[in-house]
Order: sequence, then C-alpha cells, then structure tokens
Amino acid sequence: MTEQGEALLAPALEMRGITKRYPGVVANDHIDLDVRPGEIHALLGENGAGKTTLMNVLYGLAKPDEGEILLDGRSVKIASPSDAIVRGIDMVHQHFMLVPVLTVAENILLGEETMANPVFLDRKRARSQIIDLGRRFGFEIDPDEKVGSLSVGWQQRVEILKALYRHAKILVLDEPTAVLTPQETKEIFTVLRRLAAEGHSIIFISHKLYEVLEIADRITVIRRGRVVGERLPSETNEDDLAELMVGREVQLTVDRGESHPAGAVLKVEGLHVRDDRGNEMVRGVDLEVRAGEILGIAGVAGNGQDELVEAIIGLRKPHAGTVTLDGADVTGHTPRQMNEARVAYVPADRHRFGLILSFPLSDNLVLTTYYRSPYARGIMRDEAAIRREAEATVAKYDIRTPSATVKAGTLSGGNQQKAVVAREFSADLALLVLDQPTRGLDVGSIEFIHKQAIAKRDAGTAILLVSAELDEILEMSDRIGVMYRGEIVRVLDGPTADKNEVGILMATGGATQPAHEAEVSA
Amino acid sequence: MDPIISTLYGIPLVGLAFQLVGYLIATIPPASPIIMAAATPLVLGALCGVIGERSGVVNIGIEGIMLASAFTGWIVGVVLAPMFPDAASTPVFGITIPLLFAVLAALGVALLISLLHAWLSISLRADQIISGTIINIAAFGVTAYLNTLIAKQSPQSAGAFTAFNPPDWLTGLPVVGWLFDMFLHQGPISMSVIVLVVGLQIWLFRSRWGLRTRAVGEHPKAAETVGIDVIRLRYRNVLISGLFAGLAGAYLSMEATNSFQDGMTAGRGFIALAAMIVGRWTPIGAFGAALLFATFTALGQSINFAPPAGQLGDIMTSVPAQFWDALPYIVTIIVLAGVVGRSIPPAADGQPYERESAT
Repeated sequence: MTEQGEALLAPALEMRGITKRYPGVVANDHIDLDVRPGEIHALLGENGAGKTTLMNVLYGLAKPDEGEILLDGRSVKIASPSDAIVRGIDMVHQHFMLVPVLTVAENILLGEETMANPVFLDRKRARSQIIDLGRRFGFEIDPDEKVGSLSVGWQQRVEILKALYRHAKILVLDEPTAVLTPQETKEIFTVLRRLAAEGHSIIFISHKLYEVLEIADRITVIRRGRVVGERLPSETNEDDLAELMVGREVQLTVDRGESHPAGAVLKVEGLHVRDDRGNEMVRGVDLEVRAGEILGIAGVAGNGQDELVEAIIGLRKPHAGTVTLDGADVTGHTPRQMNEARVAYVPADRHRFGLILSFPLSDNLVLTTYYRSPYARGIMRDEAAIRREAEATVAKYDIRTPSATVKAGTLSGGNQQKAVVAREFSADLALLVLDQPTRGLDVGSIEFIHKQAIAKRDAGTAILLVSAELDEILEMSDRIGVMYRGEIVRVLDGPTADKNEVGILMATGGATQPAHEAEVSA
Repeated sequence: MDPIISTLYGIPLVGLAFQLVGYLIATIPPASPIIMAAATPLVLGALCGVIGERSGVVNIGIEGIMLASAFTGWIVGVVLAPMFPDAASTPVFGITIPLLFAVLAALGVALLISLLHAWLSISLRADQIISGTIINIAAFGVTAYLNTLIAKQSPQSAGAFTAFNPPDWLTGLPVVGWLFDMFLHQGPISMSVIVLVVGLQIWLFRSRWGLRTRAVGEHPKAAETVGIDVIRLRYRNVLISGLFAGLAGAYLSMEATNSFQDGMTAGRGFIALAAMIVGRWTPIGAFGAALLFATFTALGQSINFAPPAGQLGDIMTSVPAQFWDALPYIVTIIVLAGVVGRSIPPAADGQPYERESAT
C-alpha cells in the first residue's frame, strides 16, 4: 500500500468542518482533518486546544454540532464507541482504559469476546489469538498476566493489541508517551511504524515537539479549536511548531541566568525512609540546598524520590536521619509546621495531592492559609477575603477560568497546575520543593512555571526540583543530584553536566558498574 | 471413655481445649443439617450481594428484600391455600400449587424492589446506601403493619416445603456420611444453594456475562469504551441479584418455617453482606463464610440444650444463654474486623456511573 506513494491514496478518514460547541466555548471550530492509509498523522496542540474533543467526536463520545466524517470516502455517523469500533476506529486513551484486576486476555476480549458457545468464553482460542497478534507486531505477551502488574509500557501495548484485536484500521493514540520512559517510547514507536507499514492509519496526539517530528508523516497543529497549520516534518522544526501551537514565539529553553547561592537552607543528613509496604526506599541520603539555587534530583521513577520528598515535607516519617531547615531540626514535623516555616510544596500528582477537585478554585487557592488571618476570623471563614485574594491571584497568574468560584476540577490541566503554583509560590519562601512540576503540561504552561521558579530562585529561595524528565532537570538545575536505588550517587554541576553522563548514572548508579557494561546489558 | 482422652481432658486449660474439640467433633455431624439450614438464607443473600456489587451496585437492602419476599410469599400462600383445599402435600418436597405460586410471588416482589433500587441508584444516581436503607425501613414497617392486620384472623398458611430424606446407607457412610446429611437432608431451596453457588462461580469467571460484570464493577468507563452498555448491565445484575434475596425470603417463611413473624430476617441480610466481604466477593468464598457463621448459630443452639459434660460444660452453662444466641453475630464482627482491609471490593463498587456518550 505504502509503495504506491502517499499522495495518490484517498484518505482513509476525512473529518470535514467539525464544529463542537460547549456552553461558553467553541471547542472545535470547523476543523478539517484527513488521514491516509498507512500514515502516522500527528495532531499537535496545547492542552485545551480541542484535540481531545475532536477525537471524542471521532470516537462517538461527543456529538458534533456541525460537520461530517467520511471513512474511505463515505459519510458515516458515529454515535457511540461501539459504532466507532464497528467501523474500525479505535482509541488508546491517555488514561488507559484497562481493568487492572483482569488478565491481559480478559481485557483484550472484553466487549468482543471469543465464545466457545453462547454463554462461555473460549479462553484457549482467545489466548492463542492474542499471542499470535503480539508476535505479528514484535512482542511476546503473556495473556494470563494481570494487567495491574504490568509496567505502563506493556499496558500500552495491551491497549494497542486490544484495538488490533477489534480489527482497527484507524488508531488514535492520545498522548501515548506521556507516561513512558525514553526507552519505552522508542519501543512503542517501533510498534507504531510496523502498524503503519501494514496499512493502519495512526492519529498521534501529542504536545511533545521532538517526538512529533520523529514519528509523524504529517503534522496538523490546532490552536483554540482551529487548525492553524499543517506541516511535513521535513519542512519544519521545533521552534516553528511551538510558535504555531502557542500563537506567539515561545522560549523552549529557559533563560536561567546565573545563580548566586548563599548559605544552606535545607540540610538532609543520613535520611532513611520506608514506603507504605515497609521497603526501605531512601537509604542514607545526604543533601544540601542553598538559598538562591536549584538542586535538581534526577532519577528513574521509583528510585526513592517520592519518599525523599515526602519525608522532607513532613508527609512521611523517616526512620533514621535528620532534616534541618535554617539550622533548626524539623525532622518529623507536620506539613503545616513545615508550611509555617516558609516551606512550599508542589506535589507530583495535582489531582490527588495538589488540589481538591470538587472544591471551588478560591478555596483551593487558600488551602495552606485558610485557617489564619485574613481568611479566617476565629472559627469563621472570611469568604469575602478569600474571594478577593482568589480574584487577585487569578489575574496575577493568568489562570484561565470563567470565575474564581468554579470547581477546580473543571479547569484544564495547565490551569490547575497554575493554581497550585500560584498558591505555593505566593508567600515569601525559604524552601520550595517541586515534584514533577510540569508533568503532562503543554509548552506554554511549562514555560510559565519554569520562569516563575527561576524568579523565586533569584529572590533567594532554595529550590529542590525532582523530575523524571531529564531535559527539565538539565535546563533548570544549578546542581544535579542523581538518585539511584535510594541513594544520591553523584552530585554534578548543573550548567556543565552532560546529558549522557547523567542518563548513565540514572540507569546504573555509576559506581557499581562501568558505563559500557551497563549499556550492553541494557 | 478412652483413658488417654480422659487424661487429656483432665489437664487444666489444655484439657479445656481438648474438651472443646471433642465437643465440636461430637456435635457438628449431627447438627450439620441445621448448619446448612442456617446458612441457606445467608448464602442466598450473599450471592445477591456478589452479583450486584461485582457490577458496582451496593445493595444493603438485602435484609428488606428478604423480609418483603418472606411476607409476600406467606400471604400469597394464605390467600391461595383455601382455593386448593385438596392440594395434599406431595411426596416431592411437599410441593403444592399454592406453595409454588407463593414462591413466584416472593420472587416477583424481590424483583420489584430491586427495580426500585436499580432505578434509584443507577438511573437517578442516588446514594446506594440511602436507597438500601429506605428499602430496609420500608420493608420492616410495611410487613409488620400488614401482618398485624392479618394475623388477627389467624389464617391458615399454605404450609412449607418438606425436607428430603437421604437414604441411611448414604448418611451412614463413615467419615463423609454427615456431609451428605448436611446437603441432602434439606428442602428444595436449601438443596439448590450448592448448585447455585458453584454455577455462579463458574458463570462469574468463565462466561461473557461474568467478564463484563467484573469489568463494569471495576472500571465502568473502560467497559463503555469497548461498547458495553454499563447502565443496562447494572440493571440486569441488580434485578437478577434481587431474585436471590427473594429466594432467601421464600426460604424463611416457606421452608425453614411455615409462618411469618415480624422482622423474622433478624439481621440475616447484613450477615449475608459480611459473608460476601469475608468471601472476597466470590460465590464460593461467600458460601464458606456463611457456613462458618451458621456453624456458630448451630453451636449456640446445641450448647443451649445439650451442653458438654465436665469442666467445659460447667463453664459454658454458667455463661448466660443470651451470649450463645449472640455468638454468631459476635463472630461476624470479629471475622469481619480481621478481614476488612485485606478483602478488596470491586473498584467501582457503590459509585454511580454517568454515561460519557454523545449528547
């Protein structure tokens, strides 16, 4: 198929003039999109640009107000996900639609079961079908494994298999790499290329520019519900795409200037921390963050970063070691005590820890201060003061919201994170702990948060930045500590650190294995 | 008595333990049909819970459904009995036409109440605990009121199902004979329990319906994205589950007894829920848990009228009889406290589902 040349092929899918209005917003404004057979078509746009709405229209989860969908040149109506599946359209959602307690086979079968008779499943036949399907795309999968025990990378493969099992011809992947390590991303790209080579059409939704350039045959950029441009990867670059996406020139790298560190603010000595199951996740960490500098902690997720941060911030009691703040022992203090000692914290999971999604934005903005003046008088809240503060903050941090009283859960991801940042950054701080502060955000929001962090640093705050994104660590940090199996194995100078060196330290811990050996075994 | 055994029984404290074990070994086989009889409503109630909760709908109204079904079955029997004056008790389980219709009526009422619960908790997305509570309170009040009106006339009931008598050579088998006695020396509803348990276990884990049920109870959105109608499946499961609670009610007023008393379920609907939790939301597990609770019921009764001899007996009889009556409930609390937290409910249990689809 692909040999005939893409330009000659009729589109497998055409969306014409798709318009979807929600109260107060036009999520999709006459969007046109066409995808050819065997093509990987990237859909690029910021959070809230309308990518997801467009795909929901395609998948029957939202009904368009205007426009039509054509499959192989024929107009079709898609009213529900089952309609879409029947027509060969399937979607791998950003948050996987897998049932963790069911096995791989059960997840794949669900809704499209292979039956031995009208009542019972034919589990034997289903297993061999799944194994064969996996092999066709280059991986061995155990159909009897519980999905919950698989890594995210493998779960994603299960999602893709699920779609292929349903004979999907058009596969939509919503931010497929958001949760993957660089290695897993490479592996999934190989799978996607193989799919395209077999004639499947892939719509790849992303806001990671370099990935889009790497994998896509064609790129459509959406901004505020409209198509603002279409590019071929060969004739564009990251800066061009970022500008199209955001609508203005974007600084992809932060201009961080020089740091002027003063005395140590946070001192951690011999810290040992256990996780909920009693495993020792932090094993003797010593570190120091000085006023006016950013210490970045690099490491593959799950090497004890979460427990380290939680122990510092008071969410978890260390079982040995001390945490000192400005010379005072604060080991085992509560989060509120830490907060009152001018420590702020931006948690990695804004939905679970950063915000109370069902509370109004205004209450979320005073979550750390609601109990004291001016937001409370005695045991009574001062609603007016809270609202005034919220309105000022919304304006100052440019949080896009209809009003300060809407529920935090209704905001887009970028604006939710802005709200967390606004709350945590607004006080005069001694120490700021940032745990994955830009995870899942678009370039515009990332730029904003990075700038705010640099400004805090220059104002003399000590910043501890934990991130699984190596690029973010390298861009932001004045010093970089590499965390491996619960220890800080090396501290490097930020501006001169080499990406490969840090990467190898992250993967091997450095001291235990020579680098070349590690690469061979990996 | 064997000299070794009597020596063992004589040792302080240790002897007590031996006496207890000896008492249990001596008591449980003859009491086994009673255990199964006590377990039957618990198992049926627990199956009701399993089917509903596996699809994500909590039903604490099992107690109420049982009670309403017990009453309805009984009253339909009362009404129909005079119309079939010559309906002699048949040799097969004592089945008569009025009794059959009474069971059908019990199931019909269970279905109606389940439909109400389904409508409230699935369509209206009301709090499922509240909906269940309403059912319990309403069933208790309405049945008690109607019963006072009717009981004045001391009507003739339609009787009850009779138990099957397994042949002596079967129950007399060494070691396992009492198990046959336990499961076969029963009326039709109780005897069907073991079939229902095994059937549902296979159904839940091997059939399409079972797979979809489990998926909907864990992650309804995932189920919907593969084209499963979450709402319809939940309705269907809640309705089917109601039939089991209805059968439990029919059992109480038409097999265990032949009459209706106010509040005769006596918390069995709630112990059934405990059995479901202890049994980790599986039919076989719930069956095991229900048997455990029922064993303590039977034991409490045995101790009341035939306490063991010797030291142990002295201790046991000095404890007020009310304690032994309360024993199964106490055991329920203890077992539940030990198991809760380790028994993980379906992830979407109790959460109303809002359809995502196009509007």
